[in-house]
Amino acid sequence: MMASRHGTGFKWIVPFLYIVFLMLPIYWLLNMSFKTTNEILGTFSLFPQEFTLDNYKAIFTDPTWYNGYINSLIYVCVNTLISVTVALPAAYAFSRYRFLGDKHLFFWLLTNRMAPAAVFALPFFQLYSALNLFDTHIAVALAHCLFNIPLAVWILEGFMSGVPKELDETAYIDGYPFWKFFLKIFLPTIAAGIGVAAFFCFMFSWVELLLAKTLTSVDAKPIAAVMTRTASSSGYELGLLAAAGTLTMIPGAIVIFFVRNYIAKGFALGRV
Amino acid sequence: MKTRNQKAWFLVAPVVLLVAFNAVIPLMTVVNYSVQETFGDNLFFFEGMKWFEEVLSSERFHDSLIRQLKFTFIILAIQVPLGVAIALAMPRKGFWASVCLVLMAMPLLIPWNVVGAMWNIFALPDIGLLGKTLNAMGIDYNFTRQPFAAWATLIAMDVWHWTSLVVLLSYAGLSSIPDAYYQAARIDGASAWAVFRYIQLPKLKHVLTIAVLLRFMDSFNIYTEPFVLTGGGPGNTTTLLSLDLVKIALGQFDLGPAAAMSLVYFLIILLFSWIFYTVMTRGEDK
Repeated sequence: MMASRHGTGFKWIVPFLYIVFLMLPIYWLLNMSFKTTNEILGTFSLFPQEFTLDNYKAIFTDPTWYNGYINSLIYVCVNTLISVTVALPAAYAFSRYRFLGDKHLFFWLLTNRMAPAAVFALPFFQLYSALNLFDTHIAVALAHCLFNIPLAVWILEGFMSGVPKELDETAYIDGYPFWKFFLKIFLPTIAAGIGVAAFFCFMFSWVELLLAKTLTSVDAKPIAAVMTRTASSSGYELGLLAAAGTLTMIPGAIVIFFVRNYIAKGFALGRV
Repeated sequence: MKTRNQKAWFLVAPVVLLVAFNAVIPLMTVVNYSVQETFGDNLFFFEGMKWFEEVLSSERFHDSLIRQLKFTFIILAIQVPLGVAIALAMPRKGFWASVCLVLMAMPLLIPWNVVGAMWNIFALPDIGLLGKTLNAMGIDYNFTRQPFAAWATLIAMDVWHWTSLVVLLSYAGLSSIPDAYYQAARIDGASAWAVFRYIQLPKLKHVLTIAVLLRFMDSFNIYTEPFVLTGGGPGNTTTLLSLDLVKIALGQFDLGPAAAMSLVYFLIILLFSWIFYTVMTRGEDK
């Protein structure tokens, strides 16, 4: 309807070109991941000449590689769970009540996204070492709360403000205790918002490397850190690097697939 | 109208505790470093404001700050209009809307060092698709040696990486406009520009505020991608603030100056964000 109103049948060309631009580097990475390092350095070709799965085989048979993926997935999921769980009641408080210092608190939460992580890495290392949490999944999951909780509160607050207050009042009159109302009635109402918040928490925790790398050495080392160290120790194994990079995209792709309807619908519902 | 209720603090308490634990203790550590001198062995000497004076008058800090401001300004000037344009041209609903959203969200979900590595091998003049193509077209391009090419590559990478965030947020804002608005505009015979200016843009104001704030803060803190792509080179031409900070803090282990510098720069981000936030939300009933 929109397209016909403007009378432009070529509107799709803009998103189309943009998506082509987005896919080009990804295609190149994928292309390299099926080549041997010799071929990458020796010949230039748009498709692998000697198609090989050796790079992927190397990753799936070497525990230092695949454990990296497992480690990353563990702390990302724990972090998403913690962030969304604690952000829900807080976002409710911000959207429904006025209390002492509420606006300042809200802005303070947001300021935590502004701190330059690069320099906070060292204090983080000292803090978590002092607590004997160094090189554990929970340390990374907790550290990532720094930027994920504010974001989750922010997103959820927008969604909750879109729910009319009459819903709360009706439940109250019907004699629902607060927690029962919150869990049974309110949360299902903002399910889309929870989906969007979880998506963003997953995303920012999955892509963050600096803190994750600082807080881990062996047992909880994330895949992204495994990549940097392998690359420097054994020269440049470009094919292996490309395969590992390609594999880091898969969890993200799966998450997007599951929330694809929430993104379209959820974003539309929330004030964002 | 919101109810006044101080018990709401109980609902916020877990968030405050968790964030404060991660924010206040490291921040205090940094403040502590910023007023001291260390020679290793955990020996610290109080230096007062010395590092702050040194940082504020140092040419190195000015240079990286100017580079940083230039970078942030350029990527905002590209990403925001481009993101809005793409969101406007996207299908509103149905299968193709989902396809667009899923594909566009891809770059956002790739670990940052992989983004850097991916662009590195994409742009390298000997093995990269981009570098090879440009050189084949007769354009002399080598981002590891030419400052301009390094900047262009860095900006292209950031546009590739983050424009989708602006698209997603703008798309959300546009989806919240009721169809009735468009119908009314059609009855009035409004032009496409008028529809954009008087219906779509006002609705986008709120999401664009968030998008600009997020992009501003995150671009000021960008570290991993340029580190992997150019390493700050050639020379120091792409050494943005965070890269410089890490060089000082971990490379030279000058904790004091690095801490002072990071505080100065935290305050700069805070100030800009606060002004922007205040101006954009002025007159809004919060």
